[in-house]
Amino acid sequence: MNSPGLFFVHYLMIINERPTAYPIFANIKTVAMEDLKLEELFQAKVDAELKIEPKDWMPEKYRKTLIRQISQHAHSEVVGMLPEGNWITRAPSLRRKAILLAKVQDEAGHGLYLYSACETLGATREKTVEDLNSGKAKYSSIFNYPTLTWADIGAVGWLVDGAAIMNQVMLCRTSYGPYARAMVRICKEESFHQRQGYEIMSVLAKGTPEQKEMAQDSLNRWWWPSLMMFGPSDANSTNSADSMKWKIKRQSNDELRQTFIDRTVQQAEILGLTIPDAKLKWNEDTKHYEWGDIDWAEFNNVVAGNGPCNKERLVARNKAHDEGAWVREAAMAYAGKQAKRKAA
Amino acid sequence: MSNTNENNWPLWEVFIQSKRGLDHKHVGSLHAADAQMAIENARDVYTRRQEGQSIWVVPAAAISASQPDDAAMLFDPADDKTYRHPTFYIMPEGAKYI
Ligand SMILES: [Fe+2]
Repeated sequence: MNSPGLFFVHYLMIINERPTAYPIFANIKTVAMEDLKLEELFQAKVDAELKIEPKDWMPEKYRKTLIRQISQHAHSEVVGMLPEGNWITRAPSLRRKAILLAKVQDEAGHGLYLYSACETLGATREKTVEDLNSGKAKYSSIFNYPTLTWADIGAVGWLVDGAAIMNQVMLCRTSYGPYARAMVRICKEESFHQRQGYEIMSVLAKGTPEQKEMAQDSLNRWWWPSLMMFGPSDANSTNSADSMKWKIKRQSNDELRQTFIDRTVQQAEILGLTIPDAKLKWNEDTKHYEWGDIDWAEFNNVVAGNGPCNKERLVARNKAHDEGAWVREAAMAYAGKQAKRKAA
Repeated sequence: MSNTNENNWPLWEVFIQSKRGLDHKHVGSLHAADAQMAIENARDVYTRRQEGQSIWVVPAAAISASQPDDAAMLFDPADDKTYRHPTFYIMPEGAKYI
């Protein structure tokens, strides 16, 4: 059932088994055949590496999958500002403060690029934001962990942004045009994020024993949640087959995770820090690292809403949204008044 | 929460000219209460790294677009008119600057 052609034949067989005496079935048959033809054309475009644009016909499930994925991605950028914002006023120098401010502002921008890509699929901004605030929509579970020390700002940039980049570089080639364009923009900005984090880690790792200890402690706490960012292992990943067929994604969760680990281990060595995984070892045959077991129970628990900061994050988002309501209203009232004055 | 529809900021499409002499290019969209705010927001969202020196904002509702289904009707007529391209013409051997 991989090629659209096979799918088409298979589907026709199913339809033909049904009684055709009822006019309603005949009707379903034409509609279904029409859709199949469109779906074949759609898949042919995807296979030919032509981007799908907002006004093109697309399978309903493609649209829904994209709305879910892009909005979750946008929410992650927005909620991601909270753990980092936590340290803006306590950054150790003016240089670090300016950098952190710029980074957090970038994350707001990333959220906005993605929200607008999501809107091209027919999802309204209000509904999308409402789904985040009500807790209906998900965001990356990594942001439900607290940033306890300054070193965490280093680890977040190095590991969390590092892991995000793996995924985002792949998404620059995603089949939906507006999403791909947003990702290109984001990727250009993201490498500064990872580098500033790695720089923080390297300064701490080369500092006093206490500072190095702080860096190590931070790596210990962020390593496993960062690996979980790639999502469930391929064997347990439910949405993958369609996403691959539609070229929304092009690499599996495990492939991306492997590349991330292969790159990051060397970076940790340079810092003189230890990856908190006793089973981590180089495999000379595969030329990849092997790693220990991810605690998926912890992952599922955080996704289910029971991580250390889930409640705090949602409270903060709702507070910002509610307290900003009068600003949104006042701006519209002012714009309305100005427009009237202009017309008069 | 008094978030009625009238209080939702409308959508604007943003076009940025990256350098003097180049076209304004579509970069994305954003929400703003009016044109002035749309320009200011576009500055923050789309030009944080000197990506532009001029911004156009257009209410998304004011844009009319062709439909993908009309593509053949609109663009196919140009397919068989290769004589509109300079490479269609055979120049005599040795002619210069043409
Ligand atoms: Fe980001």
